[in-house]
Amino acid sequence: MGKRLADIGVENTEDNRRKYRQLLFTTNKELGNYISGVILFHETLYQKSDDGRPFVNLIKQLGIIPGIKVDKGVVPLMGSEGESTTQGLDDLSQRCAQYKKDGCDFAKWRCVLKVGKNTPSYQSMLENANVLARYASICQMNGIVPIVEPEVLMDGNHDLERAQKVTETVLAFTYKALNDHHVFLEGTLLKPNMVLAGQECPTKYTPHQAAQATVLALSRTVPAAVPGICFLSGGQSEEEATIHLDAINKCTAGRKPWSLTFSYGRALQASTLKAWKGKDVKAGQAELLKRAKANGAASMGKYVAGSVAGTAGDAGLFVKNHQY
Amino acid sequence: MWSRITPVTRPGSRGYVGGVEGINTRGQVVVKDKEEGGCDGLNSLPSLYIDLCLGSNDTLNVAAHNTLARWYCRGEEGRLKESGDDIAVREPVPAHSVVSPQINNTRAATMTTYFSYPDESLQQELRRIANAITAPGKGILAADESVSTMGKRLSDINVENTDENRRKYRQLLFTTDKAVSEYISGVILFHETVYQKADDGTPFINLIKEKGIIAGIKVDKGVVPLMGSEGESTTQGLDDLSQRCAQYKKDGCDFAKWRCVLKIGKNTPSYESMLENANVLARYASICQMNGLVPIVEPEVLPDGEHDLDRAQKVTETVLAFVYKALNDHHVFLEGTLLKPNMVTAGQSCSKKFKPEEVAKATVVALSRTMPAAVPGVTFLSGGQSEEEASVHLDAINKCTEAKKPWALTFSYGRALQASVLRAWGGKDENVKGGQAELMNRAKANSEAALGKYKWGSCQGYAGDKGLFIKDHAY
Repeated sequence: MGKRLADIGVENTEDNRRKYRQLLFTTNKELGNYISGVILFHETLYQKSDDGRPFVNLIKQLGIIPGIKVDKGVVPLMGSEGESTTQGLDDLSQRCAQYKKDGCDFAKWRCVLKVGKNTPSYQSMLENANVLARYASICQMNGIVPIVEPEVLMDGNHDLERAQKVTETVLAFTYKALNDHHVFLEGTLLKPNMVLAGQECPTKYTPHQAAQATVLALSRTVPAAVPGICFLSGGQSEEEATIHLDAINKCTAGRKPWSLTFSYGRALQASTLKAWKGKDVKAGQAELLKRAKANGAASMGKYVAGSVAGTAGDAGLFVKNHQY
Repeated sequence: MWSRITPVTRPGSRGYVGGVEGINTRGQVVVKDKEEGGCDGLNSLPSLYIDLCLGSNDTLNVAAHNTLARWYCRGEEGRLKESGDDIAVREPVPAHSVVSPQINNTRAATMTTYFSYPDESLQQELRRIANAITAPGKGILAADESVSTMGKRLSDINVENTDENRRKYRQLLFTTDKAVSEYISGVILFHETVYQKADDGTPFINLIKEKGIIAGIKVDKGVVPLMGSEGESTTQGLDDLSQRCAQYKKDGCDFAKWRCVLKIGKNTPSYESMLENANVLARYASICQMNGLVPIVEPEVLPDGEHDLDRAQKVTETVLAFVYKALNDHHVFLEGTLLKPNMVTAGQSCSKKFKPEEVAKATVVALSRTMPAAVPGVTFLSGGQSEEEASVHLDAINKCTEAKKPWALTFSYGRALQASVLRAWGGKDENVKGGQAELMNRAKANSEAALGKYKWGSCQGYAGDKGLFIKDHAY
């Protein structure tokens, strides 16, 4: 959050973070037409608005389901070429039980894989898939729907085809691990990367091509029992993320028995932050609503490209080696 | 095809095969095609690398060193025979396939995401066949009983198990009226049948194809025991499978079938058995696709036992997860495969009886949790079910709304399509028409079931409703 605030010249204090999240959760009720869930950071779950109302209540009043990030960040894998796994399993069951009591109904855990000459390695795919499956299993024990996020980073100069192969392989490991751990698939969601070429790939691909690669990869690996897929936006700009989502929903290259929607951070908030700049709440909320509506349309294959211009414009939101 | 070795000794130097350029990284040798002058471009010929395990500064002279070398390409291995200047290399792969160079083992372990998709024309060919087999309202007649299994079927109707009787029986099936192709999209054959002819000399393959039905071939060579396991098995047949597939494709087959068997017991199926059977199925599938054949993947969980429906579902889910992980590991093109699983049913000796709707739900849920949407369809095996049971269950599965079903759900029945046919025929020429009528009836019933439109009980077969269960069915 510090980085986001620094970008708009706002100091990273607890109160500023609270004010920003307050902006989000006091948005007009219309937001609930496009946003079904919001993923929170631990601190935010227990914060309140200026007039003392808990954020979690504001969220629920909008008809939105609160969720909670439960992982504790990436740690390096010894012997690997800069690869990582994600930690956070210790006492996870008790934490989930508490979050459930405090109003959360779903959780999120992010694993990170990188496309390189020798990566992702077998070790990294196996380990990240396994830790995602353990997390998912523990969540379900506590009545929380686990969002499973095996993000294949956009860093690199690999082409679209390589991105597709890596994504397929990573997802196959993921679903084998979920099966091994007896995770109830109908009560999970997947938060994958879209299949896109690396940031430094000299070839540029159309949204149609990216959509096709994405749909094929998913149709080859994600069982029909999974209710839905909520894409991460990665380093895409707001408009890119919306256009790609729309193209995916329009794509007929493969069967798509799950819903295909968004779980966007930067790609939903870039313009919001820019318009707010720490001062103008209404302007910020207007941007949020605009972008949410655009993505809502995209999730049904009904978005008209360019029809929503955001304050952040088309600026790429790519952060190298995105850690969090 | 004879290939000439062109030695390239230093790492970093370049060589060509059929227009595809490769770089040696370890003092490897690039095989040069004798017809190299007329290369067709990137997709025409595979690259072959011969790993002679040389040091980077070694001078290569294969004949002089009398060195035996191995060459690798996908799924194939061979030996070089020294014979003066020209060195013969066995024809490795057909023109169709795409081969990735085998990189030495230490690096391969890290680069698990490097592989090639089949080239576009192969993808289209495999998709075409798989989609045609699973066209709405159509399914497969499994007529691939081995000689010994056919012997059991014939002895049940007091007919002697001779070549001629087997031929006559299959002739009955394949001279059925063309209308049967409205219900039957494919037929699985046993090796001998591919090369048999009708009384008037027409090859069976032609009879089948004239009706617009696709011919398939059973390619496995039966089960063998797994040492240390509790009566578990794997299936053999991989040796020379590529050449056999290439030949079957030439001879008119477009798909293949390979059956693995898993058994539910107190301690089974074991991890070993699930891992091994999944892997061998994936190797078979990969080899088939290299040769333009659609592989039907059959991981049968036997109905033998006292386990209930719940246990059957869990086992089936776990087995299928292993299968699809193995298919992914071996880069099998899912859109060009079919699955031939068991329906999820309780064990034959289970005291509790389950309704067709319960069986359907367990089956559909199990598949939705394991089978990717990219697979065009499921062609269920009938196992020990009677003809009517198999039709009713298939119908219930197609009517079931308990889970998403993005694939076709149809039949690949052997006993459950032929029991009445055999009884009506009884080995007698004058009963051929009667036998064919039975086939037509039951095929139609299953076609309706594959569309969720079968009226239970409306098809009365000659064999009645007798269960067709054979304990520990080996084949």
